[in-house]
Amino acid sequence: MRDRDKLTARELTPEEIAVRRRRSIMLAVVLGGLAVLFFITTIVRLGGNVADRTL
Amino acid sequence: MTTPGQMNMLPTAFADGAVAAGRGTVSDYVALLKPRVMALVIFTALVGLVIAREPMHPWMGFMTLFAIAMGAGASGALNMWFDADIDAVMARTSARPLPRGSILPGEALGFGMTLAVASVLLLGLIANVLSAALLAFTIIFYVVVYTMWLKRSTAQNIVIGGAAGALPPVIACSAATGSLELSSLSLFLIIFLWTPPHFWALALLRTDDYAKAAIPMLPVVAGEDETRRQILIYSVLLVLASFAPLGLGIAGWSYLAAAAVFGTVFLERAVRLYRHREGDPARRAAARLFGYSILYLFAIFAALLVERLLALPRFAGVFA
Repeated sequence: MRDRDKLTARELTPEEIAVRRRRSIMLAVVLGGLAVLFFITTIVRLGGNVADRTL
Repeated sequence: MTTPGQMNMLPTAFADGAVAAGRGTVSDYVALLKPRVMALVIFTALVGLVIAREPMHPWMGFMTLFAIAMGAGASGALNMWFDADIDAVMARTSARPLPRGSILPGEALGFGMTLAVASVLLLGLIANVLSAALLAFTIIFYVVVYTMWLKRSTAQNIVIGGAAGALPPVIACSAATGSLELSSLSLFLIIFLWTPPHFWALALLRTDDYAKAAIPMLPVVAGEDETRRQILIYSVLLVLASFAPLGLGIAGWSYLAAAAVFGTVFLERAVRLYRHREGDPARRAAARLFGYSILYLFAIFAALLVERLLALPRFAGVFA
């Protein structure tokens, strides 16, 4: 590892852990929300054709 | 690989002094999207959608607005990424996430670029190539032409750059119809002519701030009197342009009444600003025009929206 790539680090404060947790939860909510939006969009686009497919 | 003991370690700095990422809160990222600008973009795009000749499926209309909002957020984030240096100097913007150091430039760039690409792809997939191309053009125009070039180089920055803010109704309308409609271009014209009085009224209140950041806003470069004169000229042009939807068959009596009443008050405020040039009355006149300009745009677009939602009769368009 080159010198410039070395990180200094410290322990997170409880507040920083809470911030990171909120950010992670929000990211999960956004990704889940997008999955739902795209699913509904797919169903709307397919419309009645979804029932007509050959099995 | 991160060991359990390292899970709660915050990398603070590289050996060469560069600061590491990961401190931004959810509200910092929301602020990057410029939510108030985004709200105006969604509203004007909604009006562009409802005046379209061909109706769109409500869900697809919702997703179209979602994609346009995402594109607006991307533009805001990329603007804040590039303008972090001048935002830090100006009082109005110094509390933004980048100047405060809560979000790093690389994070804002990554966030903005992801949203930009995703918004264009999404609109292309759910609507059509034309609207996606228009959205891409809008983002590039706002970030590259306005933010990177015009903003720091000419007093006409917000006049030309205003085209980006005026495009959302055109994008939404083209998402529904697949073509460029004259009716949506009339909404473009209204927002385009609204932008200079709106931003120059603000610039009159923040002249020192802009001068400190070396941004060549009109009051800094040409003086406050010239700015007042140009605000008056653009206000007259705006009120005249606000009657264009009547000739295009997308507006009726309610819109005519709203455009006439709110337009008259707009002109009165612009004349007042032109006449009061010193001290507190001058500042008050600028503040009142700035605040009123937001109400004005909302009111006349709301009139178009309400007419469509209530299916009120419209004038036969002369040019439609």
